Amino acid sequence: MDKQTFLTSLREQLHGLPQSDIDKSLEYYSEMIDDRIEDGVSEEEAVAAMETSEEIAQQILLDMPLTKVVKAKARPTRPLAVWEIILLIVGSPVWVPLLFAFVLTFFAIYLTIWIMIAALYAVNLAFVLCGVAAWVQSGIALFTGINLQVPFYIGVGLISLGVGVLLFFAFNALSVRLVSLSRQFVLWAKKRFVRG
Amino acid sequence: MDIQLKRGLLEVCVLAAIKDADSYGYQIIKDMKPYVEISESTLYPILRRLEAAELLTVRSIEHSGRLRKYYHITPAGLERIEAFREEWKEILRIYQFITREETDHG
Repeated sequence: MDKQTFLTSLREQLHGLPQSDIDKSLEYYSEMIDDRIEDGVSEEEAVAAMETSEEIAQQILLDMPLTKVVKAKARPTRPLAVWEIILLIVGSPVWVPLLFAFVLTFFAIYLTIWIMIAALYAVNLAFVLCGVAAWVQSGIALFTGINLQVPFYIGVGLISLGVGVLLFFAFNALSVRLVSLSRQFVLWAKKRFVRG
Repeated sequence: MDIQLKRGLLEVCVLAAIKDADSYGYQIIKDMKPYVEISESTLYPILRRLEAAELLTVRSIEHSGRLRKYYHITPAGLERIEAFREEWKEILRIYQFITREETDHG
């Protein structure tokens, strides 16, 4: 791939972001390729040393705050005509609730992912507490003289704590997945916004 | 290495790379290479962040018929490096404590 093709592809990938951000990153990668060529490699090799334009665009998007992405998209590229302003006002009963619904849905999904993580650990805590409670109960059983119940409650306590410990590791692994899922979701939402 | 830790370290590395003389993107990558590998797309957001935080300034200088961006460290940037050295002394003490524990137990 030559430099021009690479830069064109990167420009397409960044389409929808603020123009100044697009220009800056294109300047940056153009300079990087030129400097590599000056260092003695061919144009093809210099471009090949870069990551793909998709990966670069993804990183830039991830690094950009969501509010900036939204602002860039919401800002009109030219002054609004009178009829457009009137249309915006007249249509507001429709688009304001819709926008509101979109924003709320986004945060609801985001929140759901994090609440799932909280729920996992709550379940875990419940097992541990259950184990501790069973042991306390076995102590009570011992003192009240219901001796048959003592080994039963010790057993229940052991099983419960054991399950708790096992689940803790499983939930840790699952939480890592969920956190990465929430990041992917934010990235997905940004992409929808930029391209949509 | 922990992503947050590495991110913070790389920022100071980039500042250190322009500490003595102004430098440009590719040169920074080359200077850092013997110590830490950094890709173009990793360096880019770091430079933007450092610029936004006013730890460095950017100016374009003509170089063989094209523009090249040179990065210049600000007094705040130098302070950041100094702060890092102080922080690192503390981390080194912690490190010594951790490794001492390891040797004690076998």
